[in-house]
Amino acid sequence: MSCGQTILDYGLRAIGIGEKLLPRTEFDLCTQVTLIGSGLIWNLYFGFFALLFGFFLANALAMAKASARPWIRKPAEGFIFLFRGSPLFIQFFLAYQLFVLLPRAGIEIFGITVATGWLTKAWAGALIVLILNTTAYSAEIFYGALQTVPKGDLEAADAYGMTGWKRFRRIVWPTMMRLAWPAYTNEAIFLFHATTLVFFSSFPAFAQQGDALYYANYFADKTFNPFVAYPIVAVYFILLTLVLISLFGLVNRRLNRHLPGAAKRIRYRPQLIR
Amino acid sequence: MFEYCADPKSLEGLVWLSCYLTSGTHMQFYASFGTVLLLLAITAPIALLFGFGGALAARSQVPPLRWFGKIYTAMVRGVPDIVFFMFVPIALDQLFEYLRSRVYCDTSVPVRQGSDFVVCAAAKLPRATSPEWMHDAYGFFLAVLAFSIVFGAFAANVLYGAMNAVPAAQLETAEAYGMTRRQMNRRILIPQMWAYAVPGLSNLWMILIKATPLLFLLGVEDIVYWARQLGASKTSSFAYPHPDWRLYYFLAILIFYLLMTAISERVLRRLMRHLTKGQATLAGEAMRKAAA
Repeated sequence: MSCGQTILDYGLRAIGIGEKLLPRTEFDLCTQVTLIGSGLIWNLYFGFFALLFGFFLANALAMAKASARPWIRKPAEGFIFLFRGSPLFIQFFLAYQLFVLLPRAGIEIFGITVATGWLTKAWAGALIVLILNTTAYSAEIFYGALQTVPKGDLEAADAYGMTGWKRFRRIVWPTMMRLAWPAYTNEAIFLFHATTLVFFSSFPAFAQQGDALYYANYFADKTFNPFVAYPIVAVYFILLTLVLISLFGLVNRRLNRHLPGAAKRIRYRPQLIR
Repeated sequence: MFEYCADPKSLEGLVWLSCYLTSGTHMQFYASFGTVLLLLAITAPIALLFGFGGALAARSQVPPLRWFGKIYTAMVRGVPDIVFFMFVPIALDQLFEYLRSRVYCDTSVPVRQGSDFVVCAAAKLPRATSPEWMHDAYGFFLAVLAFSIVFGAFAANVLYGAMNAVPAAQLETAEAYGMTRRQMNRRILIPQMWAYAVPGLSNLWMILIKATPLLFLLGVEDIVYWARQLGASKTSSFAYPHPDWRLYYFLAILIFYLLMTAISERVLRRLMRHLTKGQATLAGEAMRKAAA
């Protein structure tokens, strides 16, 4: 089988397009690279949507944590502690068990039956866990940044007569983003790395449609040779990390565009601040 | 465990629960918490040692050693740690068996035959005739090595940064006094770097705690394994039949980890306060002012 044919057959295998069965006998380099690459679609899907939803939720949660009112602050602190203090792996297991226990037929809310079956699928259930997880971590980052917004900025805003939402939107929030961005870049990278856990934590890979590591593990099990499949995943993730760094670097440049020389490249120090 | 547990079918309520929670398999579940703590206790110092070696190697004057150090520290940057946890144990296992096969087996037989990895019985690790606990211990040993290598790379990153954070003037002064590089490292660099390394290392400790459930992926019978085993619904053919209780078992594990991180946070904060006392840093200055 030619490599082009393999790519046609397995290039979108992870989302159910193309060949039904996974290769059983042919494990050449092209097959492995193609199938693992197709698995990467899932990693991108989880990472992208978790970041997207997580960003807005994290902003709200950081505000809640900074609130002076205890009935807003305490729940926010509790949520952050719960998700930052426990392993993501356990969160996946726990969420899956929780979703499985929901009644099959759906829950009735105000006379409308809400289906629950989709929650046990990886695309929804695991995504929810990832969103909540990254929300907690990002909120802590944003909260830390919020606490270090310079006093002078706020005084200047007061002097201009800015208050409330306008002061937040034009002074506090942009500075907060500027301060948080390098750490948030690391969080984004870590989140993409964490997506590899999904299919190893109860969430079933429907019709063997899994992520990059799922297929790498499949090949390593079939060929008894970890020295090909795992390095392929590693290369894919190194490329993904580089792309992420450059994308977040662009945003960083934009955030700091008014500061000459401040928009330096983000120094990438992975995972260590998580 | 208790006398009255002889016939669990006749029991009810709290008595049943007390028997259930002290059954033999539950004792193994409790012991597996010890496995996690053991892993932490063994891995943390080894990883620190690896990290120390890696950081020193990355600063070395000898090019091959420096390259090795740089690659080791860069290793964990772009690649998910889970990939390493899947890769390292099986790779090490095959490496050990390959090396043994070159000594104990007929070396004309290739190790890789198609999609198989074949070594003769004498080279197998652990030997097929070994008792069950040897197999468990070997699996645990591989897991410890995998954790140590990955977290050693993280620690190397932290320590490398800490070594660079030591003010250059300190090292230049040492050089001016005519110290050799070795003396400089031992007397100036290493004693001073710890204050810079502690925040990163304490962060690493938290990450290490939260990485321990990955032991399950490495095939070690850890708390996740037992929670899945014990929690799965049991039909009436079992001594203690019950529906799917995995949720409660995972809740117990969650609480265990929350406690671990809460306690660690408290201890590390104390340690940090102790270390910043009298340091010429912002935090140290703040403490001095608060005391005055």
